Amino acid sequence: MSAARDAQAPEAIIVGAGPAGMAAASILAEAGAAVLLLDENPAPGGQIWRGVDAATAVHRSRLGADYAAGRRATRRLAASGARHLPGTTVWQLSPLVTGAEIGWTDGQRARLATVPVVILATGAQERPFPIAGWTLPGVMSVGGAQTLLKSSSLAAEGAVFAGTGPLLYLVVAQYLAAGVPVAAVLETTAPGALGRAAWSAPAALRRPALLAKGLQWIAAIRRAGVRHIRGVRGLRVLGETAATGIAWRMGDGRWREIATEHVFLHQGVVPSVNLSMAAGLAHRWCPQQLAWVPRTDAWGQTGSPGLFVAGDGAGIAGWQAAEARGAVAAQAALVRLGRLSPVQARLRAAPDRRRIAAEGRLRPFLDAWFRPAEAFRVPEDPETVVCRCEEITAGALRAAIAQGLAGPNQLKSFTRAGMGPCQARSCALTLHETIAHQTGRPAGQIEPLRFRPPVKPLSISELADMTFDDGAGHG
Amino acid sequence: MAETADIAVVGGGIHGCSAALHLAARGYRVVVLEKDRVGAHASGVNAGGVRRLGRATAEVPLAVAAAAYWQDIRGLVDDACGHRVSRYLKVARSEAELSAAERRVAVLRQQGFTHEGVIGPEELRRLLPAAAPDCIGALHVEGDGYANPFRTTAAFRRRAERLGARVCEGTAVGAVRREGSGWRLETARGEVTAAEIVNTAGAWGGALAARLGDRVPLEAHAPMLAVTAPLTPLVDAVVGSLGAALSLKQLPNGAVLIGGGVRGRAELASGRTTLDLRGLAQFLATARAVFPALAQARIVRSWAGIEGYTPDHLPVIGRGTAEGVVHAFGFSAHGFQLAPAVGAMVADLVEGRTPALDLAEFAPGRFSEPSGLRTSRRAGAGSSRAARQARFRGSGWSR
Repeated sequence: MSAARDAQAPEAIIVGAGPAGMAAASILAEAGAAVLLLDENPAPGGQIWRGVDAATAVHRSRLGADYAAGRRATRRLAASGARHLPGTTVWQLSPLVTGAEIGWTDGQRARLATVPVVILATGAQERPFPIAGWTLPGVMSVGGAQTLLKSSSLAAEGAVFAGTGPLLYLVVAQYLAAGVPVAAVLETTAPGALGRAAWSAPAALRRPALLAKGLQWIAAIRRAGVRHIRGVRGLRVLGETAATGIAWRMGDGRWREIATEHVFLHQGVVPSVNLSMAAGLAHRWCPQQLAWVPRTDAWGQTGSPGLFVAGDGAGIAGWQAAEARGAVAAQAALVRLGRLSPVQARLRAAPDRRRIAAEGRLRPFLDAWFRPAEAFRVPEDPETVVCRCEEITAGALRAAIAQGLAGPNQLKSFTRAGMGPCQARSCALTLHETIAHQTGRPAGQIEPLRFRPPVKPLSISELADMTFDDGAGHG
Repeated sequence: MAETADIAVVGGGIHGCSAALHLAARGYRVVVLEKDRVGAHASGVNAGGVRRLGRATAEVPLAVAAAAYWQDIRGLVDDACGHRVSRYLKVARSEAELSAAERRVAVLRQQGFTHEGVIGPEELRRLLPAAAPDCIGALHVEGDGYANPFRTTAAFRRRAERLGARVCEGTAVGAVRREGSGWRLETARGEVTAAEIVNTAGAWGGALAARLGDRVPLEAHAPMLAVTAPLTPLVDAVVGSLGAALSLKQLPNGAVLIGGGVRGRAELASGRTTLDLRGLAQFLATARAVFPALAQARIVRSWAGIEGYTPDHLPVIGRGTAEGVVHAFGFSAHGFQLAPAVGAMVADLVEGRTPALDLAEFAPGRFSEPSGLRTSRRAGAGSSRAARQARFRGSGWSR
């Protein structure tokens, strides 16, 4: 807030201005720490609250109560004194004995600095959805469709939504609330999954509000008269040079199709781990979420002192848990910075700990309900492109795996899959699960893809002219 | 895994796989013991330079011999290895660099090597229109190029396997001791007995050599590389610099691969590497100085692989002090191109034949004894060939 504080070297750098990052930055700054909050987007909010400050009241209400809640968080952040650098990309992180070396750029000028505390709040990304034709123009992820709706109020009429997961329902509901017609919803959720999920995770039934929210979205779809197909077993986007339709296969083995120029795909979100992986932090394979998750203690502290992971980036748990996990990590960070005693930190974290526990009880239920089917995670059709950047097909990968290249890193070196500009964000999990599927090895026992700086691309000039700071006083 | 072989090759990089290929082709029973995965370190992640240009004089004959293998790499390993023949230029950005290049070419001609030449500014402009105006000439060779390093190492491995070699990954070698007329190696997967050990352990080769009785000072470093997102055609040659660390090429997909030997940190115990971002900045600045159009190109990945460097940056190739040991390691970040030829030399050394090329400059003992003794060691090296072959036959190991 004050010029004096801006000139200080930051004590803590937070990566990501979503619910977890904003909570962490606000708490640290309110306690007097010099905080730098780095985020790629033009405004705070993360994916869930994207554009919340700029949105009109009408727009906010269409997007729902959870979206509107973002205003509280952005206001708190603005008042906290944390320095927020929007439009900033973090491209490097490596742990030091305590703290870390961290590199970021505003697109013109790259910096590299050391800092005692880093909290990664990099959130989630959508799970890849490798089906035939998913690379055609006109096909987009549901998250991408939501981004357009939130940031520029753009919506495509007559789109087909396909897949599974709460975000699929939410965005369909947001489309319908905005008065945009939807051609069909093709659900890949396994038939009977809801009942099985409830059976296996009865704790969720103690939170009827959440269940009600889900059922309310489904009811909205039905009320709007949208064609809603459940139990889809196979999907194929049709078209030569752009999407012209989508075909689906039911349990009877027959393919049916519908014409559309817009296909929105989604099958859940997974932690964004490129940065935590590149930092060499320990990760574990989560068999419920079918994804890699950084190993942390209950404070979000990783194996490297001063390096924390909070929010969905530390395992998918939703925005409320993310906000609480950001708060808890901030208390632990204040202890590290000598600004809070461990006893006080435990006390202050107690309410957030309870929120995290409550949200955590729901997670097994949601994970089981919306578990993406293997057929959509490991492509059956050998022609299906897995690595979009290098255009490597499932068939090419399988041939290489059959030759004994049974690890993602070997597969990458051999086929170039995962080497492109997206830095494997859209194929790392598919590579991993394809290897597990074909070799019969448990996914958790296969070494994950290795990530290296730059974790996001940056120009040769940015790298060649980068500034090396011991502190990072001048952003 | 209790395994018996004629030859245990320790280290499954390209040199280990090449040695295994040549030895298996000659009928020996070979087992390759690789602690990680084949091509996991320098062999799989280097710049893939198939280069004779600019090598130390001592290495030139070996590089020229290897180039003959590269001309028909498919014939050797049954895979194209992503090998592209092109031209290689090391640009000069000062008169001093250019005249040093001219002197070098003259020395090579005296030795009978005519592949390198010097080109002036007009020719450089014609070959490299995107080069900066201050590039005034280059050391030049036709026919050098590059290959896909991981693919190449995998191809050597597969060819060796088809010839009967066994490749054991995840098989670190522990204690090694003489037993009878051969060696017994304890490995992570059981014991291996073999008449001969071939040490192609790369950056880990110095430690293995010490256990086998040879002191070779070796430093581990992690030369770094970076690659851009695909660009429109910019450069149709492999380009280095005479005055700075740089090696640059544009791959078939348009991505520009930039390296040049600037090193990151290597951890031998874990096999991990850490990039040195200051060093990365330095060679990217060099790349931009030579090709200004690269300024806005986006770097999408950078990486490093662990390599062993000798004090004189020449490899160690030769018989060890102990019976039944052949070393081929310490290639100091320029061994990739040499591999097809070095494998043949190693096979000769194992068999006790005198290799086709003089390897005196690469003698393992050169760091631990006065230089005057080198030649006498080499003269004695071939003497026990008959004895060794008798050993193979006597054991029933040889097929």
